[in-house]
Amino acid sequence: MSQSFQLQINGQHQSVQADPDAPLLAILRDHLGLTGSKYGCGEGQCGSCTVLLDGAPRRSCVTPVSAAAGKSITTIEGLEESGRLHPVQQAFLDAEAFQCAYCTSGMIMSSVALLKQNSNPTQSEIEQALQGNICRCGTHPRIIEAVQKAAQASREQRS
Amino acid sequence: MSTSTNQFAIDSGIAPAIEPERYEFSSPSLHQFELARRDFFKILGSGIAIFAIAKDAAALQETAPGPRIQPPQMPKEITAWLHIGEDGTVTAFTGKVEVGQNARTSLTQSVADELRVPFSTVRMVMGDTELTPFDMGTFGSRTTPAMVPQLRRVAEAARNILIEAAAKQWNVPAANLKAANAKVTDPAAKKFLTYAELAQGKTLAQLLPEADPITPPSEWTVAGQPLPKVHARDFVTGKHQYTTDLRPENLLYAKILRPPSFGATLASCDAKAASALPNVTVVVDGNFVGAAAPAEAQAERALAAIRAQWKESPQKVSDREIFDHLKQNASPESDSRREKQQKGSLTEGLSNAAHKLESSYTVAYIAHAPLEPRAAVAEWRDNKMTIWTGTQRPFAVRTEVANALRIPESNVRVIVPDTGSAYGGKHTGDAAVEAARLAKAANRPVKLVWTREEEFTWAYFRPAGLIEVKSALDASGKLTAWEFHNYHSGSSAIETPYDVANQLIQYHSVPLILRCGSYRGLAATANHFARETHMDEVARAAKLDPLEFRLSNLSDQRLRAVLEAAAKKFGWPPKKLKEGQGFGIAAGTEKGSYVATCVEVISDAKANKLQVVRLVTAFECGAIVNPNGLRNQVIGANIQGLGGALFESIQFENGRIKNPHFATYRVPRFHDLPQIEAVLLDRKDIPSAGAGETPIMAVAPAAGNALFDATGIRRRSMPFTLDT
Repeated sequence: MSQSFQLQINGQHQSVQADPDAPLLAILRDHLGLTGSKYGCGEGQCGSCTVLLDGAPRRSCVTPVSAAAGKSITTIEGLEESGRLHPVQQAFLDAEAFQCAYCTSGMIMSSVALLKQNSNPTQSEIEQALQGNICRCGTHPRIIEAVQKAAQASREQRS
Repeated sequence: MSTSTNQFAIDSGIAPAIEPERYEFSSPSLHQFELARRDFFKILGSGIAIFAIAKDAAALQETAPGPRIQPPQMPKEITAWLHIGEDGTVTAFTGKVEVGQNARTSLTQSVADELRVPFSTVRMVMGDTELTPFDMGTFGSRTTPAMVPQLRRVAEAARNILIEAAAKQWNVPAANLKAANAKVTDPAAKKFLTYAELAQGKTLAQLLPEADPITPPSEWTVAGQPLPKVHARDFVTGKHQYTTDLRPENLLYAKILRPPSFGATLASCDAKAASALPNVTVVVDGNFVGAAAPAEAQAERALAAIRAQWKESPQKVSDREIFDHLKQNASPESDSRREKQQKGSLTEGLSNAAHKLESSYTVAYIAHAPLEPRAAVAEWRDNKMTIWTGTQRPFAVRTEVANALRIPESNVRVIVPDTGSAYGGKHTGDAAVEAARLAKAANRPVKLVWTREEEFTWAYFRPAGLIEVKSALDASGKLTAWEFHNYHSGSSAIETPYDVANQLIQYHSVPLILRCGSYRGLAATANHFARETHMDEVARAAKLDPLEFRLSNLSDQRLRAVLEAAAKKFGWPPKKLKEGQGFGIAAGTEKGSYVATCVEVISDAKANKLQVVRLVTAFECGAIVNPNGLRNQVIGANIQGLGGALFESIQFENGRIKNPHFATYRVPRFHDLPQIEAVLLDRKDIPSAGAGETPIMAVAPAAGNALFDATGIRRRSMPFTLDT
């Protein structure tokens, strides 16, 4: 039965009325209009719906809203800061690491999570982190390049 | 709340007989030009408008060779139009759609280039049946060769009108004036007028009956450049609205009750309980059972409350027997001249041979698996249906929806938001028809997004195929005979590009088992897999280098050039430096472009484990419109091609798909990536051809040939299904 949940999304407090097992993705997209996270499979297999829960990448299509309550939720819409793209977004844009771009939100969120954990990942570590994200257009080499560029840009920003 | 019972039939999954390669062709509806022109300035405001009319039916991009379309049936049609507003805004219109192949960018570049305006000032309106000219669809790699020249023609005509307007105003000969950077300049008098100034106060429409000369590639300034994707920023911020993202007010979410197997019909259906649920619309109509509700979960609950009984009549054949079935059920009608090509005498070619070889090859059914599933948002208002849907054929979907709802086409508008990929998979309007049916019943906007399982089951597949090849070689290594039979998968690129005096090449159609349709490089992939694997087998049997063997039987200079370019970049002939290493090469031509791929693999001693470690593809499609987008397409096609080569395969039995999930239908992921390089040959002396499909074709045979080189075991079936 429907319950009230308090969600912390992109730094903002949101209250939603939903079934506890409703997928977080449906809440984001249908209740809150945050459509940047995509439905690709609903089975946690393609990564298009990836969001960050307390900084960790999660498949929002298989995450019940009840499991997201009380955690800090970040979606693609929450990455920009006062009109400035996140370094990962900027790197994807610069490398044009997309074609149809339906996977891009999920790829960017998984990459942001990786770089939080590992500021200088090897190619194999990037591949490992993105293995659960499908790009059907075959843009993988540019995505790897974008993550490497973003890592470099973030390191330079810090130093 | 309502249960509708009026006449409505929906395809339960089995399409009628296929047209090889061009399955979905149907007669186009006539676009009403007079109406369009009248409305044109209403929509866009005053200014200058140019309409391109195809010089003759054959020049229409929609009439690309397709045996079912006869010229007299074709409309005397407008193919593109362009408008320059009083503020200088340039808007170009085409029925083509953007599905990730980057056509929006390449078409924008071509218009900007020809009109002599900055790239950023051109807006491209695509795939909207109310605003754009009729178009058969975005497929067959036709956008670049057919639509680019049409748009360039209208842009060129607009430029001339602007120059003439300035010449009249200044009272100087037009020949003394130059157009550049959205201005007409008189270099002698050192004065200029902007396009905006020249368009002011005009409502001038001009038809373009004749083909005018357009700017040759050697003089391009905006086209030919590696410009970024239009609206690129919206894709990294999540702002771009795909069909699945649209949320009109009062939206309902739809779910469809699917039959248990292909071909099943509804024997009985009790929807009373579901219809009684609050805020739920249920439609039972023919074999269609669907529900719409304010939340997706509610619609799911409504479906669960429906008691339906289906009468099943599944095909007996499964993926295990499919290839025998194809051979046994080939249509005798295939023996027509169109399907059969003969040259010289096969008997003679075979009799004088030093080597003879006979093998057969198979390709499995595979799915497109676009990441954005088929989806539609339908809105019924004032007796008019507006549909947003990701389709490659908006005008055909308009017809489909009008027919299904029994309303005139003029009451249906189809709009295609830039779409989350298609690869040939989004030619039909299944989701659009379903959403429209529910929207009409509910009298509210309805969104339907197919689940991944629906996508893998109820869309259509690339057909499976069996190919039999027989060949002969003389003592000097020249091919003397070539016999090639394709069963079911299609006749595209069935002809050999090699020089063989004696040939018999035939396509055999077979009644459909699974619903099949277009696919990126559909039959060309199958035919190249068979041909290029066989070429490797022949070369090995004759102890010839596979590259040298190909070159010594090939006079097509463009194909030779890509083979040589790929070989050079790859370092052919390669040297084996480690255990299990192997190298393969393959090449081909299709739809006016040329490809050659070299692959390096590593395999274990038992030959059941394979890793593709390096892949080099050389590609040539005439003059390159956007090298940035082209590189994405070539590398993307190569990676997608690895899926079909190594592991993609639809398994089916008793009219059911057995692996309708990404967990069981494997697609290429990051761990599958080889080191991959693309060599793009830019031929400014040759008109641009499309590039979306051909680069996929040589991947599988090159990988299979490399695997043989590594292990001595020949793989003649796609996918190879090894442990990778």
